[in-house]
Amino acid sequence: MSELAAAVPSPPQSWTLPHRGKVGMAGLIIGESSIFTIFVVAYIYYIGKSLSGPTPREVLEPPIFFTVCLLSSSVTIHFAEKFLEAGNRGAFLFAWFLTALLGGLFLYGTGHEWHHLIYDKGLTISTNLFGTTYYSLVGLHAFHVTAGLIMLVIVLLFGLAGRVGPEHSLRVQVLSMYWHFVDAVWVVVFTVIYILGR
Amino acid sequence: MASDAIAIRAQGVASRPWVELVHEWITTVDHKRIGILYIVYALLFLVIGGIEAMILRIQLIVPQNNFVSPQVFNRMFTMHGTTMIFFVAMPVLFGFANYFVPLMIGARDMAFPRLNAFSFWLSAFSGFLLYFSFLGGNGLYGAGTAPDVGWWAYAPLTARAFSPGHSSDYWTIAVLVAGFGSVATAINLIATILCLRCPGMKLSRMPLFAWLNLVMSGMVLITITPLSAAQIMLLIDRYLGGHFFDTQAGGSAAIWMHFFWIFGHPEVYILIIPCFAFMSEVVPVFSRKPIFGYPVMVGATVTIGFVSMSVWAHHMFTIGMSSPANAFFTITSMVVGVPTGIKIFNWLGTMWGGKIQFKTPMLFCIGFLFQFLVAGLTGIMLACAPFDWQLGNSYFVVAHFHYVIVGGILFALFAAFYYWYPKITGKMLSETLGKWHFWLFVIGFHLTFDPMHIPGLLGMPRRIYTYEPGRGWEIWNLLCTIGAFVQAIATLIFVGNMIYSYFKGRDAGNDPWDAWTLEWSVSSPPPSYNFAVIPIVSSRRPLWDLKHPEDPDSQYE
Repeated sequence: MSELAAAVPSPPQSWTLPHRGKVGMAGLIIGESSIFTIFVVAYIYYIGKSLSGPTPREVLEPPIFFTVCLLSSSVTIHFAEKFLEAGNRGAFLFAWFLTALLGGLFLYGTGHEWHHLIYDKGLTISTNLFGTTYYSLVGLHAFHVTAGLIMLVIVLLFGLAGRVGPEHSLRVQVLSMYWHFVDAVWVVVFTVIYILGR
Repeated sequence: MASDAIAIRAQGVASRPWVELVHEWITTVDHKRIGILYIVYALLFLVIGGIEAMILRIQLIVPQNNFVSPQVFNRMFTMHGTTMIFFVAMPVLFGFANYFVPLMIGARDMAFPRLNAFSFWLSAFSGFLLYFSFLGGNGLYGAGTAPDVGWWAYAPLTARAFSPGHSSDYWTIAVLVAGFGSVATAINLIATILCLRCPGMKLSRMPLFAWLNLVMSGMVLITITPLSAAQIMLLIDRYLGGHFFDTQAGGSAAIWMHFFWIFGHPEVYILIIPCFAFMSEVVPVFSRKPIFGYPVMVGATVTIGFVSMSVWAHHMFTIGMSSPANAFFTITSMVVGVPTGIKIFNWLGTMWGGKIQFKTPMLFCIGFLFQFLVAGLTGIMLACAPFDWQLGNSYFVVAHFHYVIVGGILFALFAAFYYWYPKITGKMLSETLGKWHFWLFVIGFHLTFDPMHIPGLLGMPRRIYTYEPGRGWEIWNLLCTIGAFVQAIATLIFVGNMIYSYFKGRDAGNDPWDAWTLEWSVSSPPPSYNFAVIPIVSSRRPLWDLKHPEDPDSQYE
């Protein structure tokens, strides 16, 4: 072993490799994209194939406000990262709190929409194909938002306890990659359900 | 120094109580131990899946046999297929990747050791879950135990109405959980290979083993996840009253086929690419030449990775697709044969002019070359849509894919076992028993799977539990079953060889094959930290450079 090291005259000048957390998260994102693709394909394939009502046009209203909330949380988390890197703890915590709040608002929006659909419009997951594909796709996304939100809150609690500093910057960036992904998926889901599907 | 390390280790093991030892194995996050766990677990399921295959073959040995009932026959072929793909082939390949990727790239462990342990226990749990269906599948309905819907579980067979009880649920959840384990392992392998290479180990210098496992992991991310998505949909259908695959509510049974085969066909390449990796390590060492066409090999693998994702519907020619779709999938399926052919030529090119040593690992590699070629040829035949209309779902198809999986994947795996067993255990496998194993297995394999093509051509469909006499199928089925017994005996010799050699085998030393990759630079078995000093490499064959300082590879790069 040591002979091996000795046998090689000079180590390479610079040897830097990508951060394993980022590569790992990129892998997860690729895998998750594939899952979402299948659900989106199923949704598109079944547009207009339901044998009974209600139809998307009758019951769906585009959740513009909550979409704006989710998309702006991508901006706030980006600034939170920058603040943390610069060592500005207070600004980081504020931007991070704002991100979690916007994410929470979005989830409330989804819950509200579902309540309305189930109790006022009588659409459940077993009503028709539209219900099956709609609740599955939105539910899959909401599940990912929930998972992200839990992680955001954990970081927030550690931050409030003063345990998150610039040395954790890379780890926070890994979490932020996931959050950006969840937002990007929503753009696709929104387009498919509320624009194409209506 | 190496033998001292082994002796100290052995003493330590003997003096500790067994509970502590078991605890150590269960809580381990060492990539080598997890690799061994994967391999042992896969071998256990290989025996179980093999017994199921024997039950199928015994039932079919003569016409109108009554060895098992039709219901049991359905369960056996479902469990045989599911077990062999998800709980034998995947874990054993992950086991080898886990063990050797970090060693080959000069790393001390995988990128995420705890995630690694988690993946293994997910896989292990899902395997036990699948087999628990024999006890729990009845549910409250008394509706049959183990899953019996075939390993691809076409809709609407899996609908509540046609599959009451819980047998299909056990199948769905077991496969779903196994999929999560696979995805986590793939992420781990990618992060390990991209982020933990030792200094000097550029991508262009990485052993092909690492390269091919990198491509395989990328494919796992993209193609195992559609299966997970389809399983989630199936669970929604079965538990929440969804209609994804419910034709009575406007759903489509064909879309399940698409989702399944978007996973199912690339899966074959996910299984064969690590076997190409074994070939690419074993063939050069026993030909005493560096691999022929390294960059082409990498390029061909990446090409296979991409093209294999657009061939899935060649499994569905018989469901009646449009002509453009048939043409597209026929062409892509034939195209994927090109990079595969390039690989076969590269291994032949490596052997050409080399000083070939016919040790057991090399024998299995040569068997692989011939058999995989034949499997590829029948594959090209089945890729023609009109030919497939005639022979789809016949025994010809069964013969074709067993030629790939047994003649290709299993032979490469046996080569890997004989090649790396000395590294894992520190003992050589017996060459005599190894040759018995090889020759008996070759004879058994050809006795089973060569004749199997013919009843297919004569019209014998797959998955029938019995058949009538007088159709000309009897002799071929008889030969198949006899061959299956020969293979079983050969496998028992292999298991016996591993047990015998573990206790009585010759000491291997660090580098019994005079090989060139980094895993042979450390003791056998390697210490838990792998490398006392992280190596620095300057060529594709670091150990060659070390052994031949007067003529290192690095001066030709």
